[in-house]
Amino acid sequence: MQITVSAGKGGTGKTTVAVNLALALSESHSVEFLDCDVEEPDAGIFLKPENENSEPVTIEIPEISEDVCTYCGDCSEACEFNAIATFSENVLVYPELCHGCGLCSRVCTADAISERSKIIGEVRRGSTGSIDFYEGDLTIGEPMATPIIRDMKKKVTEENISILDSPPGTACPVIESLHGSDFALLVTEPTPFGLHDLRLSVKVAREMNIPVGVVINRYGIGDKSVEDYCEDEGVPVLMKIPNDRKIAELYSNGVPFVNKFDNWKGRFNQLFEEITRIVNPRAKSVEV
Amino acid sequence: MNLAISATGDDLESKLDRRFGRCSYFIILDPDTMEFETIQNASRGASSGAGVKAAQILADSEVDNLITGNVGPNAYNALTAAGIEIFTGASGTVKEAIAKYKEGELSRTNEPTTAGGTGKSR
Repeated sequence: MQITVSAGKGGTGKTTVAVNLALALSESHSVEFLDCDVEEPDAGIFLKPENENSEPVTIEIPEISEDVCTYCGDCSEACEFNAIATFSENVLVYPELCHGCGLCSRVCTADAISERSKIIGEVRRGSTGSIDFYEGDLTIGEPMATPIIRDMKKKVTEENISILDSPPGTACPVIESLHGSDFALLVTEPTPFGLHDLRLSVKVAREMNIPVGVVINRYGIGDKSVEDYCEDEGVPVLMKIPNDRKIAELYSNGVPFVNKFDNWKGRFNQLFEEITRIVNPRAKSVEV
Repeated sequence: MNLAISATGDDLESKLDRRFGRCSYFIILDPDTMEFETIQNASRGASSGAGVKAAQILADSEVDNLITGNVGPNAYNALTAAGIEIFTGASGTVKEAIAKYKEGELSRTNEPTTAGGTGKSR
């Protein structure tokens, strides 16, 4: 079961929900946690992984042999990202624009393009209690997060519960995090800002045919517009986390609140049961 | 001699477009006869590398010199590799920019005049 915790808006509590859900489930399930927010991975602050080791993530960048190149320009034309420019007497490669798709070397009829690996970041693996913890980290100056997320997701196993902490927004890194997920758990806050970006997230998940559910964080502030929207759209609100000073204080000390409040462990387990029912409606009961 | 001008419209009365890679049109003209043709800038909406692609378009159109507002580092490298000379700091209409160019009032640029990606309308 792959659950991606996502949000259109930043700072709504994705990591809070993902971390607490993973910890609550880890007492009775095998859980993998993947921090897919590779531009700013911070779930480790709460989960404090141990024994981390890292593997580099590379993409394949074209290298053009000008001895062989006929300057036909086929590669430049094929490149969706404009990473190659071909002129009458020279050819330029822009590695920072390259997405590593390899199309240029396929279309080259002169066999002038070889590929070299370029490191764009790393995936670190560690453990938190019984949780297998992964986090991706994009090298500063590198623009592309998706290859790191894709690499990290190869670690996902079918039989375990995988909790993916997605970056915010609706662009490529979010799509990559959601891709292949059984469920999108969308975290929002009950404000016009939260609602605006929640609408976008719901659209994205529906476009990808991924069932959605909502967690409203900081419940009690703002207005009722998120709840009204969810009701109108038939989007289930699966949890409300109150705007509680104690929860905020624990957060600011890097302590997941399920570690202090046992009743929340139960609520996150119920949340998972509801998700399981939505994903697999024919299953009669779930062992917890 | 082919002179290209980044423009917001498709004739000589149009305003010069200060963006290079994401300008609306390129007006390509012979400064001696003032005969010109206009091409829509196909790189305008590129997700990345608009400056590189625009330089490619100009090179494919056998442009020698370019008048524009600013060029970023990627566009500058590509234009230089293509042997296209860059004249920046122009403003007003395309016609006015050409007049200044002819009078030698525009400066030739030997480095990028802006950071990359600044023409993106996001």
